[in-house]
Amino acid sequence: MLTTRSKKINKSEMSLAERLYLPAILNGMSITFRHMFKKDATIRYPEQEREFAPVYRGQHVLKRDDAGAERCTACGLCAIACPAEAITMDAAERKPGEEHLYREEKYASKYEINMLRCIFCGMCEEACPKEAIFLTDRIVHTEYDRQGFIYGKDLLVEKMDHRIDVSKRQTTDVLVFKKGDQSERHNQLGK
Amino acid sequence: MISFILYKFLFALIFFVVALVVAMYSTYGERKVAAFMQDRVGPNRAGPFGILQPLADGVKMFMKEEVIPNTSDRKLFLLGPSLAMLTALMTGVVIPWGSPMNFNGHTFPLQLTDINIGILYVFGVVSLGVYGIMIGGWASNNKYSLLGALRASSQMISYEIAMGLAIIALVMKTGTLSLGAIVSQQHHTWNVFIQPLSFLIFLICAFAETNRAPFDLPECETELVGGYHTEYSSMKLGFYLFAEYINMFISSAIISCLYFGGYNIPFQDHLHLSGNLLPILQFLVLFAKILFFIFFFMWVRWTIPRFRYDQLMNLGWKGLLPLAILNILITGVVLWATGAFK
Repeated sequence: MLTTRSKKINKSEMSLAERLYLPAILNGMSITFRHMFKKDATIRYPEQEREFAPVYRGQHVLKRDDAGAERCTACGLCAIACPAEAITMDAAERKPGEEHLYREEKYASKYEINMLRCIFCGMCEEACPKEAIFLTDRIVHTEYDRQGFIYGKDLLVEKMDHRIDVSKRQTTDVLVFKKGDQSERHNQLGK
Repeated sequence: MISFILYKFLFALIFFVVALVVAMYSTYGERKVAAFMQDRVGPNRAGPFGILQPLADGVKMFMKEEVIPNTSDRKLFLLGPSLAMLTALMTGVVIPWGSPMNFNGHTFPLQLTDINIGILYVFGVVSLGVYGIMIGGWASNNKYSLLGALRASSQMISYEIAMGLAIIALVMKTGTLSLGAIVSQQHHTWNVFIQPLSFLIFLICAFAETNRAPFDLPECETELVGGYHTEYSSMKLGFYLFAEYINMFISSAIISCLYFGGYNIPFQDHLHLSGNLLPILQFLVLFAKILFFIFFFMWVRWTIPRFRYDQLMNLGWKGLLPLAILNILITGVVLWATGAFK
């Protein structure tokens, strides 16, 4: 015998009480009856929402800086990092007078994430050198057609009057990981 | 004479409506009981606590497309569910709901008809119930339906025998076949305490007769798709499902009447009730008993897995039948020893 997991099976003749089945049935019924009064684990969804983990990875946001300019510089690192190839973008040059709109000289004129491809792994977030893309605790809503799942800048860039808090994802560990040198990086990965 | 017919007609109508409403809410109860036993919530969207769920289900049933297979025997196909429903409702007429009521010196018995062979009538009509299933399964011209129907009919016929013999022991004790008389005899002691074995056999057979788990082989989804109602859709399917719930209601009522004192309230002599209050209370007590047994049916369904077919036949023929005969023997000996036969 390689393991101790195998169970001994009792193949002896059943006693009269066992053959009558009634005691076993009554036992089963007492179990089901007790279950009637147990608390159910159901979360009644539309009225009641499940609490997310603080680092939940949901729908992405493209952040603006404090002045309200878009942080993304369309470097494409997120698209390369993406294992599901869900991200695509077009880059454009910032014109004079657009400094309040885009932080860097280059920006993404088109930025799309296919939410059906996305696996919400957070690699884009990790790859981003400009702290521009973050995953948030928002849920991607259902749609009736596939086209609706391709989110453009209109859905991804945060609204000026409705800023999105990403401090939960921006933990000190992450910041150290992003800014630290190679030796530190090694430590962080080893953690 | 006119008033007599009018009263009976009205009573039948009320019984009809009550049976349908109880059956309707049994479907809701079934789902709720199943949910609670599995630590779930159950239907809770339609109205408060999902109380309108049966209405939604009914509307759904009526709105569904009605499919009659080309290969089916059309007349019989339509006859099947109607017959199932008819026989399910017919059984109820002999159930006594309470002692007679009095209005302006007129007595109104709370029983549609007290036939002196009430139990035989119940058995006769219940046996006819097989036809609804058999005809439906046969007319569908589908192998699953036919297998389901065959199973249903052989199961019902086998268990009717044990059921009948269980009742014989009870009838030997009561000396009457009238349900009204049997109920009023249980004024002091319920028959379940006198004939426990008979009750047990009757209960098990009632499960088989109503095609409920653990004897729901005629419609077991895992093997026979839907059994005898595989080809049925829309309200014809609804009729079959409904008939099952009405059967459950009637079975519960008959078990209550035969073994649990029917409308008799425990210690009702000490309550000093008079006038029309007594029949009303009696009706409520009987209803509570019926609801308990409906719950019991559901409780068992969500506890015990289904029998295998040979196990079912084994239990019926080799288990319950000899037991029922033994019970008759014991009853006979006891009655002879106490000098009841003169």
